[in-house]
Amino acid sequence: MDFNWTLFFEPTPYGDGIYLNWLWNGAVVTLSLAITSWVIAFVLGSIIGIMRTFKNKWLNTFAVAYIELFRNIPLLAQMFIWYMLMPEMLSGALKTWFIQDLDPNVHSFILAAIALGLFTSARIAEQVRTGIQTLPVGQKYAATALGLSKLQMYRYILLPNAYRKIVPTLTSEMTNIIKNSSVASTIGLIDLIGQIDRINESTNSIVEILCGVTLTFMLINYSVITIMRLVEKKTRLPNMMSGG
Amino acid sequence: MQLLEWIANIPTLINHHNELLLMGLWLTVKITFTAVVVGIIWGTVLALMRLSNIKLLNIFARGYVNLFRSIPLLLVLLWFYLALPQAIKYLFQLPPYADVRIASAMIAFALFEAAYYSEIIRAGINAVSKGQYHAAFALGMTKGQTMRLIILPQAFRAMIPLLLTQGIILFQDTSLVYVMSLIDLFGASVTQIGMAQGGTAKYSMIIFAAISYFVICFSASRLVNYLKKD
Amino acid sequence: MITLKNISKWYGRFQVLKDCTTQVEKGEVVVVCGPSGSGKSTLIKTVNGLEPVQKGKIFIGDTEITSNSTNLARLRSRVGMVFQHFELFPHLTILKNLTLAQIKVLGRSDDEAKEKALSLLERVGLSAHANKLPGQLSGGQQQRVAIARALCMDPVVMLFDEPTSALDPEMVNEVLDVMVELAYEGMTMMVVTHEMGFARKVANRVIFMDKGEIIEDTSKEQFFSDPQTDRAKDFLAKIIH
Repeated sequence: MDFNWTLFFEPTPYGDGIYLNWLWNGAVVTLSLAITSWVIAFVLGSIIGIMRTFKNKWLNTFAVAYIELFRNIPLLAQMFIWYMLMPEMLSGALKTWFIQDLDPNVHSFILAAIALGLFTSARIAEQVRTGIQTLPVGQKYAATALGLSKLQMYRYILLPNAYRKIVPTLTSEMTNIIKNSSVASTIGLIDLIGQIDRINESTNSIVEILCGVTLTFMLINYSVITIMRLVEKKTRLPNMMSGG
Repeated sequence: MQLLEWIANIPTLINHHNELLLMGLWLTVKITFTAVVVGIIWGTVLALMRLSNIKLLNIFARGYVNLFRSIPLLLVLLWFYLALPQAIKYLFQLPPYADVRIASAMIAFALFEAAYYSEIIRAGINAVSKGQYHAAFALGMTKGQTMRLIILPQAFRAMIPLLLTQGIILFQDTSLVYVMSLIDLFGASVTQIGMAQGGTAKYSMIIFAAISYFVICFSASRLVNYLKKD
Repeated sequence: MITLKNISKWYGRFQVLKDCTTQVEKGEVVVVCGPSGSGKSTLIKTVNGLEPVQKGKIFIGDTEITSNSTNLARLRSRVGMVFQHFELFPHLTILKNLTLAQIKVLGRSDDEAKEKALSLLERVGLSAHANKLPGQLSGGQQQRVAIARALCMDPVVMLFDEPTSALDPEMVNEVLDVMVELAYEGMTMMVVTHEMGFARKVANRVIFMDKGEIIEDTSKEQFFSDPQTDRAKDFLAKIIH
């Protein structure tokens, strides 16, 4: 078995640079998907998570149903559902544009972002809920005793503390979303994983390609963790209580 | 509306093809079960390695866990699908046309999950109070006896809900064997039945797949919650 | 029986024990007291090697704890220890708590271990609870079981690390009574405690520690009537009001 370790520096048959460019393009797509989905997930997840801490039965039950729905169906199935069903549910000119005119990579990207965003939002919702509910109970009492309204209590006391507390779990959720984005390759997105077959077609050096992709993921993962560690340091309060 | 039509078609489709579905489900169960059992055993070994004083074991375990936790499961499966079968066949003296896909999938899942299990187990072991170690040592027990008879039993008792929850996640993750062209519950529903039938069958079957996983995983997590209460 | 020679211990840069030297003769009861942070808990944990020391030597009988060649596990089985937080094994019944080490460490048979366990449970007044789990017992009961567990190993010396500090006031006496009885029977005991009543009753000597050093090491009578140092005088004044 001989390996071609300089593979990534060889030119592609399409004349668009070296294979490293293809790898880079894949990484860009992966990160773009991760970031887009993260925005969706964070916003929705925060709303649902906060809703989950309300006493209102309707809101609470809705939040529980939302979370349970997106947590108990595999991401692969969720992506397929959006990919297969969503376009069919559109109508008329919008439908034709979406299915036929739109670049297929963009088509997959949009559907994958929605699927991944919703999937992750359920997980973030649970973390936000836990962050809020494990704050010392006295915080609520103190806030109420001072005359703060519920909205003010959440805005000025509970949420700032809760979010600081869950920075580590949110960090791990970020690394998860990057890893989970790879599932989008099954619905046609040419992300980092999607480049594997592409490069392999013309070079037939699967081990070297897999090594390259693996190293890239490890690098991305390491960078995210390092950046978030800095964020945690900056947002940490002295002697922060871990709840209860 | 179309959606209701698709849903209405589900019962007929399942009835015609229930063997395929059951075979797919069986594969899912097999992989999940193997990965959970091997994952917990190997994960415990890794956790103990992480906690040991022998530098080599420590570094190996740390490297292993960090590696498998920083890359997607899908990538691990692709390694085992595209690159490693030759190595496996060579190791076990199998002919080149042997289908080692299922074995590869089981190995891949077990190795991957072990990394996640080892973190849960390590946290569980660390949660046992230091005083318990002191009490055991004070009675003259060796490190090995202490870990085996006092620490691990307590750690595991506390970790069972987490270990089971991770198992439920694993059950969902097995759907990814799709990329290895293996037919599990998901593959059976969507590819073998849905796409093979043509027409709107694939829409019905993807909805069916989603509902099946939901029912199974939701019930399982309720069960775990119930066990947690007692 | 116990000899501590020039013991010094550091946690990182912080020196928690400073050149401590003392000894406990066979049959003696020595009480170690002092303000919190004085290092008394750490000191007693060095005696059976639960806490390593960087400088100094420790002997139990003729065996050196601080030597690398000593089989610590075997030695520890002859030194009984009772902890502030009882540290019973929560997943085992009371009986199992008492027999486990007898079987696994001393190699006794199941029946032998059980017999010993039951007789000691009887002695501390808790035979009715043999098949219960620790979580079902009160703090005072758990601590008495912990004493029984240590005694099952037929120790030559018993170490106590603040045995009553974690107990509700009404349970302190039931534990102290067991300890007093042990002392009257001639057990060699080293006890870290705040309970000066206990010290006055059965102690032979009192060691007073502050900031990692042994400040006073005198007979009980001497300590209570005429302490040598100001810090000891101060301490006594504060706790005996």
